[in-house]
Amino acid sequence: MTSTIIWTIVIIAVLGLVLAVVLYLVAEKFKVQEDPRIDEVEKAMPGANCGGCGFAGCRAFAEAAVKAPNLDNNYCPVGGNAVMQKVASILGYEMVEKAPMVAVVRCNGTCANRPKINEYGGMKSCKVKAALYAGDTACAFGCLGCGDCVSACQFGALSMDEETGLPVVDESKCVACGACVKACPKGIIELRNKGPRGMRVYVSCVNKDKGPVARKACKAACIGCGICAKNCPHDAITVEGNVAYIDFAKCKLCRKCVAACPTGAIHDVNFPKPVDRTPKPAAKPAATAAAPAPVPVQPETAAPAPAKAAAEPTVKE
Amino acid sequence: MKRTFSIGGVHPADSKISRGCAIEVLPTPPVVYISVAQHIGAPAKPIVAPGDKVKTGQPVAEPGGFVSAYIHSSVSGTVKSIAPRKDLAGNWQTCIEIQVEGDEWAEGIDTSDTLITDFTDDNKLIMDKIRLGGVVGLGGATFPTHVKLAPPPGKKCEMLIINGCECEPYLTSDFRTLLEKGEQVVTGVAIIKQVLGVDKATIAIEDNKPEAISHITSVLETLRKKSPKFEGISVMSLMKKYPEGGEKQLIDAVMGRQVPSGALPIDVGAVVQNVATALAVYDAVQKNKPIVDNSVTVTGDCLPMDRQHNFLVRVGTPLSYIIEHAGGMPENAVKVISGGPMMGKAIANLDAATLKGTSALLFLTAEQTKRQPETNCIRCGKCAQACPMGLEPFLLQKYARLDNAEALEENAVQDCIECGCCLYSCPAYIPLLDIIRQGKVKVMGIIRARAAAAKAAAEAAKAEKK
Repeated sequence: MTSTIIWTIVIIAVLGLVLAVVLYLVAEKFKVQEDPRIDEVEKAMPGANCGGCGFAGCRAFAEAAVKAPNLDNNYCPVGGNAVMQKVASILGYEMVEKAPMVAVVRCNGTCANRPKINEYGGMKSCKVKAALYAGDTACAFGCLGCGDCVSACQFGALSMDEETGLPVVDESKCVACGACVKACPKGIIELRNKGPRGMRVYVSCVNKDKGPVARKACKAACIGCGICAKNCPHDAITVEGNVAYIDFAKCKLCRKCVAACPTGAIHDVNFPKPVDRTPKPAAKPAATAAAPAPVPVQPETAAPAPAKAAAEPTVKE
Repeated sequence: MKRTFSIGGVHPADSKISRGCAIEVLPTPPVVYISVAQHIGAPAKPIVAPGDKVKTGQPVAEPGGFVSAYIHSSVSGTVKSIAPRKDLAGNWQTCIEIQVEGDEWAEGIDTSDTLITDFTDDNKLIMDKIRLGGVVGLGGATFPTHVKLAPPPGKKCEMLIINGCECEPYLTSDFRTLLEKGEQVVTGVAIIKQVLGVDKATIAIEDNKPEAISHITSVLETLRKKSPKFEGISVMSLMKKYPEGGEKQLIDAVMGRQVPSGALPIDVGAVVQNVATALAVYDAVQKNKPIVDNSVTVTGDCLPMDRQHNFLVRVGTPLSYIIEHAGGMPENAVKVISGGPMMGKAIANLDAATLKGTSALLFLTAEQTKRQPETNCIRCGKCAQACPMGLEPFLLQKYARLDNAEALEENAVQDCIECGCCLYSCPAYIPLLDIIRQGKVKVMGIIRARAAAAKAAAEAAKAEKK
């Protein structure tokens, strides 16, 4: 009885030893040679696997980056320059610095600006809606409001504003992976340079209809009048197909276009509140004067004429 | 048991409320808007300019490609403008606006009601007349008829099937056409049969239209006595089932043959034409009359009996004009659909004008259009049972949501005919068709790109050889 037990233990032990040796030899023979830098690069990545870089995930990006001769075409928008610096140092490549980007929703079609002419009762999906018809307002280019971009965003940076019916980008969360750009069937969302301290100017409309038609459909539509292009001292604005577009590489953030736009289609964001310079005479005592404007923390940089910029985009009828 | 197609199908209530309403000629509207994209294929190119005087039946646009068709003025008057206008989905479409002045027809068009059953033996002449008459398939797809009637070399047509099923609920325009213009339709069938060079033609009618079946049978008997050209045409009564009027379903029902995935009806020896198309062929060949009008059913449960209509409408008539003549918008209607309730499109813009293929204006109430909230798939398989193409909609919708084009193609999403049977049968109220259509569009794009790449590669190889 005892011998049976001993024999069993011995046989199993020998068997295990032999198989271990076989496994070791096989593993040695068929060893996959992998660049150890791939693992290192992957570790440096944010690990979101969002596909914003154009590859299937962070691992795929790491493989591609290691294989590529330089980092020109491989950039992780989520990690930004910080991550790319690490990747560059691992691979010994030169780093290609890119300005941080952010998703921008180019539609002014709030419920107030853009009256509804239809009621949509189908599946709540922009893609499906776009396949069926032009949309529930007279604007065939604007936001459909079903929130495909919101569900596409893995970072929780997008949300629908109940009041306006438009998606809102949370800049602190947006990593510019471009998932929302792909998800929008109307091509409204664009990745734009975040700009110095988040300051940027953009045309918040993609309506290609002629002026009167666009205006009728939406109060704040770009009517392609070209006043912004004429007022731009830096040649940054082009008007093509009845819609203006600001080239962010050329824009110097002077905001002359914002003041000039007759419909208020051009938006400026994150600019410090203008310094109130005109009402210097003490018409009102300090109590009210101090209240309205928290004095900008940063001094004016690129904007040359704060007085002009002071004008809120006014809607001229 | 009556014949029908073998796979899937659903049985919605047929609701042919307007079946008793004779076709009335709708007065010509003051202005018509004739779209240049009224058919599948390349849009037509306008050949008139603003300010030109046109007569009814005069061509105003010529084909813009091989698969394209002539478009004719449906009224006489002055061309006001050629400009983009919103179509019924709210998208821009180039339209020729014509201000109506009187009703003068172009020369050579026979506007009388006399029936001409004798037709020429010259097939080339007939084909020319069909092409110049701008005849397109009026069953819904509006595929140019002259292209369909010229089968590719090496393929032989064995049977002509005329689709008189009108399987969509509510629609009655084809039914009324069969009843009121049976002789003309049958003559049109004989003409198409001769052009195709086939011995057999079958007019398939669903059994919920017994009057049409008996009428066409008696018409055939009389015409057969007149001329041997009407031999070989028969009427077949089919069991009512949706979507019997689908091309592939109809071939299955009538001939018992199944069109394989990716193949065309001609590959199994069949050509399918609609009843309204047969009438258009008759008009074009015998009367030199191009498509300037078509019959449109105006119906809906919310309309009283005296406001149900079958109108003969000039192409390009604004929908609002038709509604006005039908007694205005019914109060409790919330949705107007162009076509039937299963495959028709909801209209977003009532100022849009009719097209050659517009078959009906259907008014639906809030109760009829309300969608139930979507719940989870319970894997009951009802959609797979209902799909007339033998697909598995529950699986396709899953892949479409995941955007998995490879798996979608493997599961033949490109065969989907968008009949809506899956959505109709789903007890979980999943918008199956809406989702699958997205996947289909994607896969079709990939297939087309692949075909184009293969063609370019073949051409490059050819050029290299030279």
